[in-house]
Amino acid sequence: MSVLVLIDHEHGLLKQPSRSAVAAATKLGDVHALVVGQSVGPAAEAAARLPGVSKVLKADAAGYEHALAEPLAALLVALAPGYTHLLSASTATGKNVMPRVAALLDVQPISDIAGVEDADTFVRPIYAGNAMATVRSSDKIKVITVRAASFDPVAAEGGSATIEDAADAGNTGSSRFVSAELSKSERPELTAARVVISGGRGMQNGENFHLLDPIADRLGAAVGASRAAVDAGYVPNDYQVGQTGKIVAPELYMAIGISGAIQHLAGMKDSKVIVAINKDEDAPIFQVADYGLVADLFTALPDLKAELERA
Amino acid sequence: MKLLVPVKRVVDYNVKVRVKSDQSGVELTGVKMAMNPFDEIAIEEAVRLKERGIATEIVAISIGVAACQETLRTALAMGADRGILVETDAAPEPLAVAKMLRAIADREQPRLIILGKQAIDDDMNATGQMLAALLGWPQGTFASKVTIEGDTATVTREVDGGLETVALSLPAIVTADLRLNEPRYASLPNIMKARKKPIETMKPADLGVDPAPRLTTLKVVEPAKRVAGKKVGSVAELVEKLRGEAKVI
Ligand SMILES: Cc1cc2nc3c(=O)[nH]c(=O)nc-3n(C[C@H](O)[C@H](O)[C@H](O)COP(=O)(O)OP(=O)(O)OC[C@H]3O[C@@H](n4cnc5c(N)ncnc54)[C@H](O)[C@@H]3O)c2cc1C
Ligand SMILES: Nc1ncnc2c1ncn2[C@@H]1O[C@H](COP(=O)(O)O)[C@@H](O)[C@H]1O
Repeated sequence: MSVLVLIDHEHGLLKQPSRSAVAAATKLGDVHALVVGQSVGPAAEAAARLPGVSKVLKADAAGYEHALAEPLAALLVALAPGYTHLLSASTATGKNVMPRVAALLDVQPISDIAGVEDADTFVRPIYAGNAMATVRSSDKIKVITVRAASFDPVAAEGGSATIEDAADAGNTGSSRFVSAELSKSERPELTAARVVISGGRGMQNGENFHLLDPIADRLGAAVGASRAAVDAGYVPNDYQVGQTGKIVAPELYMAIGISGAIQHLAGMKDSKVIVAINKDEDAPIFQVADYGLVADLFTALPDLKAELERA
Repeated sequence: MKLLVPVKRVVDYNVKVRVKSDQSGVELTGVKMAMNPFDEIAIEEAVRLKERGIATEIVAISIGVAACQETLRTALAMGADRGILVETDAAPEPLAVAKMLRAIADREQPRLIILGKQAIDDDMNATGQMLAALLGWPQGTFASKVTIEGDTATVTREVDGGLETVALSLPAIVTADLRLNEPRYASLPNIMKARKKPIETMKPADLGVDPAPRLTTLKVVEPAKRVAGKKVGSVAELVEKLRGEAKVI
């Protein structure tokens, strides 16, 4: 039996979390990838090169351009009968569409899995990652979102799958795309970066966030933030790391002026090395930090920039 | 127009839960409970729509143990008009919750249902999308702004790359994200008034729904613990450690 993975893509490029979803899917069976959108030829070809994918289904139609949940769910439901599992990464698109698919198939979705035990049994975090639950599904088909940070992505190249057209399941027409306001950045994406440097309320304002820029440039890092920094308007919403923001697990995570609330830790505590800079020596972030520096960030950040530029 | 707002009773967000030693779940006895924070935001949005003259009636719904009465009273004190308690000792999964909410929606005929985007106990992020599917309604998830004009809800959504705006034909489902609004505190007079507002109680069977779970929890364990590392004395020492010891830069 086969497993179908919904692929997130943009401008012909695959999103890295989808490669993690393919990695999870390879533990479950023969993997087919579904690439949906308008003019998705290049993305479908990229998906065909993923190791472990044997077939790519391409659904190319104007109605799929904005990945709205209603037509996307209708498509997945139409394709479902051939599969034991339907997967997607826990991206904004996956979280939006997969539960809708599950309800239409009368199954209970299994959100944000961090481990695959067998075809019916999965590990998933609950209570902001303060507990890990092993759950077994009795549903005939499993609808799953995958926590990308928990699965090493498959390589981008190496496979050679066939590409087939999927039938257009039609647009239900009850929702319409109006506009998008996407942050532009030259930096790597938060969920794919090898290094992440995040600022919190301690940064005091949006202007000061630029103190992180030269360091991020130097380290090839993505810039993230705590909820408090986003709520205060220092940076846009897509910077938020945490239980209800993005989940990251880079090689190096640097928390600057972040106290370390449970909800923030939920999004970064699986990072390989954690650095915290905070002027409060009792800040809870130090309980998870490999290297803690008790200092005022407004002196530490310029020093850090200078130190990285030396050598 | 009538609005429904489902509100879940969960462990307070400030509590760091502990896993039970028999691995059957997390310790809930004696733990502080509260309304799911996203549901407070959903209620607040509904109340603001009523204050703007768009909503005429707000019905709060909670599904769970008898103590969910308290969660409903909080919603009523914030400005909901009446409550519905679906009482069950089973902790129903999003699929069963969505089915019960659909049955209530069939009866109440709302134009809009606002849910939280995620319950902070099960972290499923599923019920709103599932309810939308069962009702055949469009969905605006992870909302940071909602405007209603005529038969259309315009919803700005928090997505991975920033913001996206969609237009939904009513009736529709919205799920609330953190930036939608800042919920009010219920004032003492409103808490008193809420005591007199009606709460109707029913059982899952009254709604024709079998709450049996599809997922069996085999075990619940603590995540791998991180041990606190060391404090460094200076930025120079930090960089030296990251280069020499951790080898990450
Ligand atoms: C439902 C819900 C969901 C949530 N989801 C998330 C989430 O996904 N992500 C998230 O991050 N939070 C989330 N939160 C919020 C979380 O509980 C905390 O409020 C938030 O993480 C705090 O952000 P902060 O550490 O930047 O701010 P604070 O807690 O205010 O900490 C600021 C820190 O900066 C330090 N500081 C100040 N000035 C300086 C200086 N000059 N130099 C050095 N250090 C300085 C202070 O000592 C302090 O430790 C959520 C909360 C709820 C209720
Ligand atoms: N037992 C429940 N009672 C009332 N509302 C619920 C219940 N479970 C989930 N919800 C609603 O669905 C939202 C998402 O929950 P979940 O899908 O479990 O993350 C919550 O924020 C509530 O609005």
